[in-house]
Amino acid sequence: MMLSPKWFLAQRLSALLLAPMVIAHLLGIIYAAQGGLDAAEILARTRGNFFLAVFYECFVVATALHASIGLRVVGVEWLRLRGRALDWLGALSAFALFALGSYAVFAVTAG
Amino acid sequence: MKPATDTIRVLIRRGDAHSGRICVYRAPRRENQTVLDVVTWIQRELAPDLAYRFSCRVGMCGTCAMMVGGAPRWTCRTHVKTVLRRGQLELAPLRSLPIIKDLACDMSEFFAKWRRAEGRFHSSPERSGRAQPPVKILPSTPARREADAAIECINCAVCYSACDVVAWNRDYLGPAALNRAWSLQNDARDSAHARRLRAVSAGGGCQHCHSQHSCESFCPVGLSPARSIAGLKRALARGALGIRPHSPPHA
Ligand code: SF4
Ligand code: SF4
Ligand code: FES
Repeated sequence: MMLSPKWFLAQRLSALLLAPMVIAHLLGIIYAAQGGLDAAEILARTRGNFFLAVFYECFVVATALHASIGLRVVGVEWLRLRGRALDWLGALSAFALFALGSYAVFAVTAG
Repeated sequence: MKPATDTIRVLIRRGDAHSGRICVYRAPRRENQTVLDVVTWIQRELAPDLAYRFSCRVGMCGTCAMMVGGAPRWTCRTHVKTVLRRGQLELAPLRSLPIIKDLACDMSEFFAKWRRAEGRFHSSPERSGRAQPPVKILPSTPARREADAAIECINCAVCYSACDVVAWNRDYLGPAALNRAWSLQNDARDSAHARRLRAVSAGGGCQHCHSQHSCESFCPVGLSPARSIAGLKRALARGALGIRPHSPPHA
């Protein structure tokens, strides 16, 4: 099914999570930019920060979930996809977002 | 030459689903005239084979809806002067429904979706059967207010035709059927709430609504299917999370 009650709920709940996270992320950017930190200085602060890694990994999971469910809907409504094609669109977009996001989180916080 | 102001140029999309053409007619312009009056005049005087549908002519039956200048409207209560553009009127059959002929569409799928959404009242022997005393319904309870707010639908399919999600996704139940379902979900005498909630959250259910309120903007009797659908979505989310409804509808 294109948007089963469970997916619907998952999308709502991930949105609930994403809203404050986006705000926190933007505040973080503004804080860092206002402080005049350059890339190296920012990295020095994010590397090895366990809290930041967990925060952003949750962000990535919520995004992968939220966006891939939304893309399934776009697939149905705009591309008229159904069944298997739709599942592939959802799975691939979720995986791509998860992989790219996790890679970024790793790059910024590991070490 | 001065353009004639006493006639209206009427463009009508005629034909069936496969072959359509725009036919141009001239109809007299009158002071107080509805779009349906114009269509009827054309059928009587110029095009006896023009197919269209109407019944009550007073905004009760919901059969006369069509696209007027690209927007779905009830034609028996739409005054020509409010929709005339440069002396011209453009008419077409309702969007998103199969055309039978000219301005008449096949409403079967629209009503089939009402049935799919359990848009029918289910009595129960315990609650509203003949053996029971009449159920006391207080108009002031929150559930009854919800039911009343959604109840005056005339099944005109204007909202159905206005909804983009219906146009994009043939499975979607659409605003009218879901609005009806919400009014029954709040009816204390109805006994099929659980079954109906399953029906409206199955494939093509309320969760597909984008909440952009086209249905509400076009509904000729001022209902808000979008609001009803928001209620269904809340009920669906509560159900999926295992939370019981806020106030039992029978309170
Ligand atoms: S609010 Fe929902 S039902 Fe109403 S027109 Fe928009 S998508 Fe359709
Ligand atoms: S909700 Fe309004 S627009 Fe939709 S079918 Fe009922 S009366 Fe018509
Ligand atoms: S003819 Fe009945 S509502 Fe228009």
